[in-house]
Amino acid sequence: MMHPVARQAEVAGSNVLSDRRDREPLLSLVDVSLARNGHSVLDRVSFAIERGETLGLVGESGAGKSTIALVAIGLLRPPAVTLDGRMQFAGHDDLLALPESAWAGLRGRRIAMIFQDPASALNPCFTVGRQLAGPLRRLLGLDRAAARRRAIELLESVGLNDAEARLAAFPHELSGGMQQRVMIAMALACNPELLLADEPTSALDVTIQAQIMQLILQQVRARNASCIFVLHDLALASQVCDRIVVLYAGQVVEAGPTEIVLRRPLHPYTNALRACVIELDTETLTPPDGGLPALGAMPPGCRFAPRCPSAKIACSLQTPPLRQLEGREIACWHPG
Amino acid sequence: MTNQALPLFRLLDVEKIYRIDGGGWSRLGIGSRRQLAALDGIRLTVRTGDSVALVGESGSGKSTLLRVLLGLTASSNGRALYQGDDIETLADDKRRAFQRDVAMIYQDARGSLNPRLSVLDLIGEPLRQHGLCLAAELRDRVAVLLTRVGMSPDTADRYPSQLSGGQVRRVAIARALASQPKVIVADEAVSGLDVSTQAQLLNLLRGLQREMGLTLLFITHDLAVASYLCSRIAVMYLGRIVEAGPTKEVLRAPAHPYTRALLRASPRFFEPIAETLEGEIPSPIDLPAGCRFASRCPRVAPDCRQREPTLMTMRADRDVACLHPLFD
Repeated sequence: MMHPVARQAEVAGSNVLSDRRDREPLLSLVDVSLARNGHSVLDRVSFAIERGETLGLVGESGAGKSTIALVAIGLLRPPAVTLDGRMQFAGHDDLLALPESAWAGLRGRRIAMIFQDPASALNPCFTVGRQLAGPLRRLLGLDRAAARRRAIELLESVGLNDAEARLAAFPHELSGGMQQRVMIAMALACNPELLLADEPTSALDVTIQAQIMQLILQQVRARNASCIFVLHDLALASQVCDRIVVLYAGQVVEAGPTEIVLRRPLHPYTNALRACVIELDTETLTPPDGGLPALGAMPPGCRFAPRCPSAKIACSLQTPPLRQLEGREIACWHPG
Repeated sequence: MTNQALPLFRLLDVEKIYRIDGGGWSRLGIGSRRQLAALDGIRLTVRTGDSVALVGESGSGKSTLLRVLLGLTASSNGRALYQGDDIETLADDKRRAFQRDVAMIYQDARGSLNPRLSVLDLIGEPLRQHGLCLAAELRDRVAVLLTRVGMSPDTADRYPSQLSGGQVRRVAIARALASQPKVIVADEAVSGLDVSTQAQLLNLLRGLQREMGLTLLFITHDLAVASYLCSRIAVMYLGRIVEAGPTKEVLRAPAHPYTRALLRASPRFFEPIAETLEGEIPSPIDLPAGCRFASRCPRVAPDCRQREPTLMTMRADRDVACLHPLFD
């Protein structure tokens, strides 16, 4: 596989290619469905992310947010699951059909991931330096000394002071915030074009959460990379995402620019999610009753209908299609 | 003074200091022995009917304070009183009453419930333990408790592994309610859940507290949760209470720079992320002189590094431990 700098040079040399690059989204999913043990987990999920954009996947646990992230980085593939639909990524027309050998050239290099719980994502048996330098040597072909220098640069760029000494540290010797900084450094090692961040701060304190979110945004913007955040905190999503995709039981129910979707939600589920968010001046919370339907027992028609305050009989008969409405996409028979 | 007028809990300058061995040599008296002050000079009063939130980041000493309150950990110095009696040295009959009066909801609800017991046995255990009902009535009593926490009585025959995260928390709450306690102590009882489940549980806890007149001691890292459930708040940093007072007033106009930083760091809709504090909470081992927040405080002054502020009443009902508080 080509070194990222070489790849950029090659791309810059071809006007036709760079034109095409500018027009096409970086990653797009078209009707991606995923089933596991015969149960539908994702159902015709479609969305796209542009270069330099941040996109937030939000919804309750079990909605399929993390599953989408794992599909997008090629870690959830047949035969473990059955996949349908199409996923395009910067020049690759069909990522879902990409053989594992080709994935190895993308994963970690052009698409990278920051996992939710750094304490369990980092290997406890190896020092930070070894975990960080390993991929640099393997993926970028750096020699030992160069990999070490680059590792120190990376740790400094994510705000770890005393970077050289940290190389010899084991993950358990670092605080949660520092572990997450190491994870970010690892994800950024090859200057990926797409970063996936699965609840990157849910294991951290609020003051550290602010630091880490700021760091991710700053690094993504500096590289003109794109970032998909998986978040359950809508207020945090409104702060860091350009666009929002709301998922319910494996389906996209509402998607569009954050300002439109979260300020004036039209889908009853987005409204319900907003009504659950607790803020400092919240007097009463009005959460929807119950929870997501079980995987094997999806209700017919609109999957949210059994919990929906504005559901009519027709809602349980036919699945609402995703359509354009007031600057967003929405799947609902009775929006507003 | 009657028993009614006594505060339920009273902590008087409670300290908890762990000594850390520096390996074999220090045990022989060679080399240094270091100290970790998990709690330092904690003063806190909880009266019947109060709802108190303990707020702070990891490492601030919230959970150690809880263990001292429950009598699970002995304090190194100071006194921890329940209705006027030392919690560590309660006589047998008073200890039994204490165990029935004070119920705990643990942070890891699933981990706190024995996976081999059915919901019936889990909720029935405190009933049996304190002899609160006849064996024949057990199932009915458990059904009432399950209904109280918004679950179907059929759940009684299920096991924790068959329940969702939200349901497990409800069972833990029902189990805590079983002994008809006066006080519920909850450690991060709603963290790590979906917003919808969290909102349902917060409404449940608020309902229980209002209808049953429970006293609530709620540990949380979320200021919004504290404000929703608790009328009073105590903010902790590195083993000390740095600010305490009525929740609404403290959050409207925080007096300690740390409280203000926590407040600004909470995510708010459509506002840019405010990076309020640099660095992380320092190690609690062998703290430097002066204010422990000085290393991260945006308003630090030279005297902060020399003199340690104590918790003092600055205004009516507002306690702050800061040499340069943010009052006007």
